[in-house]
Amino acid sequence: MSQPPSITLQVPEGTESDGQELSPDNERALHTSFHQLILEQSSLIEADLELELQERSREPPACLDTRDACAVSWPEPGQGEEHPSYSSASLQILASMPSRTIGRSLGAIISQYCNRTARLRRRSNRPPLQQLCRAARPSLRQYNLDTDPASTTLEEKRRLLVKELLSLSPSQCSHVLLTMPLSLEEKRIIRQQLSGQRGPLGQRAHHWAPFSSCGWPKVCIVLGCRGLWYRLLSLLRTAQPWHYALKQIGGRFGSSVLSYFLFLKTLLTLNFVSFFILLAFVVVMQAVYPSAAVSPQPFTGLELLTGAGSFTNSLLYYGYYSNVTLNDPCSSSPEGSECPLAAPLLPYNLPLAYLFSVWVSFLVTCILLVYSVSRSFLGSVRSSTAVLAIKVFCAWDFKVVQRRSVKLQCENICTQLKELLGEQSSRSRSQSRCQVLGHYLVMLLAWVLALGLASGCVLGVHHLSERMHTVQQEQQAQGSARWQQEILLLVVPFVVSLLNAVMPHLFNLLALWEKQDSPVTQVSVAIFRNLILKTMVLILLCYQWLSRSIICSAEECWETCVGQDLYRFMVMDFIFTLLDTLFGELIWRLILEKRQKKKQRPEFDIARNVLELIYGQTLTWLGLLFAPLLPALQMLKLLLLFYIKKTSLMRNCQSPSKPWQASRMSTLFITLLCFPSFLGAATFFSYTIWSVRPSETCGPFRGLETIYKSGKRWMLVLEKSNPNITWFAWVYQYLLENACLQFFMSAALIAVIYFNIQVVRGRQKVICLLQEQIAKEGEDKAFLIQKFQNVYEQRRRRS
Amino acid sequence: MFTSSTCSLLRDQNTVLGVTGTTFCPEQFMNQYFQLFFYCLFLLVYRLHGRYHEMAPNVVPMDYTKDPDVKLPMQLIINMPELKENPFKERIVASFSEDGEGSLSFNDFVDMFSVLSEMAPRELKAIYAFKIYDFNTDNFICKADLEKTLNKLTREELTDEEITLVCEKVIEEADMDGDGKLGFADFENMISKAPDFLRYSLGNQVYQQKPF
Repeated sequence: MSQPPSITLQVPEGTESDGQELSPDNERALHTSFHQLILEQSSLIEADLELELQERSREPPACLDTRDACAVSWPEPGQGEEHPSYSSASLQILASMPSRTIGRSLGAIISQYCNRTARLRRRSNRPPLQQLCRAARPSLRQYNLDTDPASTTLEEKRRLLVKELLSLSPSQCSHVLLTMPLSLEEKRIIRQQLSGQRGPLGQRAHHWAPFSSCGWPKVCIVLGCRGLWYRLLSLLRTAQPWHYALKQIGGRFGSSVLSYFLFLKTLLTLNFVSFFILLAFVVVMQAVYPSAAVSPQPFTGLELLTGAGSFTNSLLYYGYYSNVTLNDPCSSSPEGSECPLAAPLLPYNLPLAYLFSVWVSFLVTCILLVYSVSRSFLGSVRSSTAVLAIKVFCAWDFKVVQRRSVKLQCENICTQLKELLGEQSSRSRSQSRCQVLGHYLVMLLAWVLALGLASGCVLGVHHLSERMHTVQQEQQAQGSARWQQEILLLVVPFVVSLLNAVMPHLFNLLALWEKQDSPVTQVSVAIFRNLILKTMVLILLCYQWLSRSIICSAEECWETCVGQDLYRFMVMDFIFTLLDTLFGELIWRLILEKRQKKKQRPEFDIARNVLELIYGQTLTWLGLLFAPLLPALQMLKLLLLFYIKKTSLMRNCQSPSKPWQASRMSTLFITLLCFPSFLGAATFFSYTIWSVRPSETCGPFRGLETIYKSGKRWMLVLEKSNPNITWFAWVYQYLLENACLQFFMSAALIAVIYFNIQVVRGRQKVICLLQEQIAKEGEDKAFLIQKFQNVYEQRRRRS
Repeated sequence: MFTSSTCSLLRDQNTVLGVTGTTFCPEQFMNQYFQLFFYCLFLLVYRLHGRYHEMAPNVVPMDYTKDPDVKLPMQLIINMPELKENPFKERIVASFSEDGEGSLSFNDFVDMFSVLSEMAPRELKAIYAFKIYDFNTDNFICKADLEKTLNKLTREELTDEEITLVCEKVIEEADMDGDGKLGFADFENMISKAPDFLRYSLGNQVYQQKPF
């Protein structure tokens, strides 16, 4: 480098820059402070710049701090390529800007942390928010330009930092030291200087020497415990069931197919909770004190399919449960007479327990569902802005060290990136007006067709059940064999499951004909149509069960009959899922391979499978009151389904060709589970409890007007027996039964939700404004650099 | 109790290292380490010294009381089992190296494990993550850096157009001041939106040989 020219930053007096570009001195009226400051600082900067450039050219780099030199020399070639017109002086100034030296230049880190600690100290003196001016550009006077950190040497910077650190409290000081991205050497030097200055001042030496003889065990314990806790957490994470299987599936097929299996896992958890509650409080109690049983029928294999026969008077169904207080000696004595004074061992009011257990399991399921809906909703909303960037930088799991896992992870990330790209590219396609109109017409036609098909199915099922009922009555009149009668019971579930298996394929064909653009819309439309079909069929069945005009009209114990019907529906559903997996995936793959002679495999239809899961879960919830052990059956079903689906997936299917994002889909699935499915089942349960008359001869609520009345009866008994707790009865009467309170509570909840929504919206607006401000600051910076460069060029040309 | 087990472990470590006397001047050394950056279990320092020594027994001294100036080259370090399969191993080692060539002194080695351990704060991990992804060390993650990152992440499975598309989209999403590359402020802002950062990326490793 030749003799470096002198650089001055005196802004020319206006004649030169007039008409070329808008410079600060043209806006003198508004920004006098800016102009003044530039003039003030220009002389200083000029002198400093000269000094810096002369130093850098004279002394070889080895004499300087190697890291500073590195920071300067490395960017230069790169930036020279980017800005070939910039002079070396500009490039050197650019290179030593704070934003370009973060984490790299030692001096910059030290001065940055010096500023931070200074700000920490000054935080209490910050002026209140109202007094800050609202100009978009904060005045330069707020920054202390006199002590320009770039001009001091490393030693001075260290001294400054140590001075700042001393003014902090020891804990804050150690925290700042801990978070500094400096090397250990530097930190030791700083700490030595700190302790050197602190030592003679105060007796704080013991803070810095925890490894004295008394402190060692305590520290060991604390750190050991902490380490154990972290290890336990990581163990828990890996010990989750099916952890490796899920990783395998996700790595090969992407997160969309994985969401199905995760949904299955969620359902398993929900069922386990219900099962546990019912088992502990109802089933086990009744099993320990069995009621007077009708002579059990012999077990034939048909019971597994029909749920009737020897299963009828078992723990499986409502009819078996007794309506008396278990283990209560008073029950044996006649009504009205005095009970013996000896206290019973543990009287257990079974009807009450039955009602409360079912109610509590619904409540707990509701809470869990709402929680998972809110969590997945938050997750999908939050990650909608910088999805791709986050995926690129945060997806790599640094914990994996084995070659196979690393390969799996690479595949996983690759698939996810392709998914995201696919979704983003599909958004940016436009069509002509005619095409749009034609598209809408086709959509309308398809919807009409789909709704028509669904209604047709529902009517068909209704007529079929009526027909089956008459055939059954005939059979009973004729007195045919029991198994023949029971086979007839299987016809309606068979037909319903057949429709549920076949209609979605028809809907898929319809969707192909429709040709939706984005795969997300296609999947959503397919889900919605399928859902309508299933909902309509289920509503019909619920009506039939509760009205008992067709099904179970002849039975004495209609609840057991309904429970058996639900059992049959669940078993048929499972059988048809297996058949569907077999034919839809295995045999279809064989056919495709034979016919087309190339390795084309069927795709895993996520929407259809998820809806089948939701349908099965709805059946379980509907039948919870009538057959307390249904969750156990559902759990068994889900476990088998997981392994069967996974094996079939690995062998027969390929990853979806139109990759789409799974996080929004999983939100959709869990919302569907919550709203139509759970809400419907809860409504059915509430209606059954409030309005339907239980049967006279069987079950824990026999003889009552409604099931709800048992709760009321218990309240009265409680009031009578113990006059001290009349407040409880009062609470029950005025709070739970009164509709006003519930109305007010719902209104309050809605108000809170509205408030939170407004707060979120306000924050989003603030974020937008701040982002605009950052973009403007970036433009300012580019402008200033260009201006500096222009001034330098003019000076160079002049001299 | 923990005290007895740690003491016995210390003794075992000493015997394994084959030295009878103190190798480290435990008290002062441990004090310094504890105060300065202790995110990994303090016992790790002994183990780490063992691992460091194992890599080059002829070069690394047992006795660190006089603060010897020993550096191991990058080739030895990236062959450690924890780093061997990691596609970013060279970058990780280079980010902690003080001499710009990738060789680590023992202090740098401990530094690396400390930052990569579970208890390091998020800001520190963000700074080092930025350094790791910045391939040309110009303090910006530019398009070329992103391309290299993607190639390493996906083992070059993505096509060229896909890579270009991803790079453009990432810069579009994360660059806030409009200079076409990601500065540290942009990176940190984006990381703050990612709940997975601490869980996967550079966080929550248990870089230990065996649990105690």
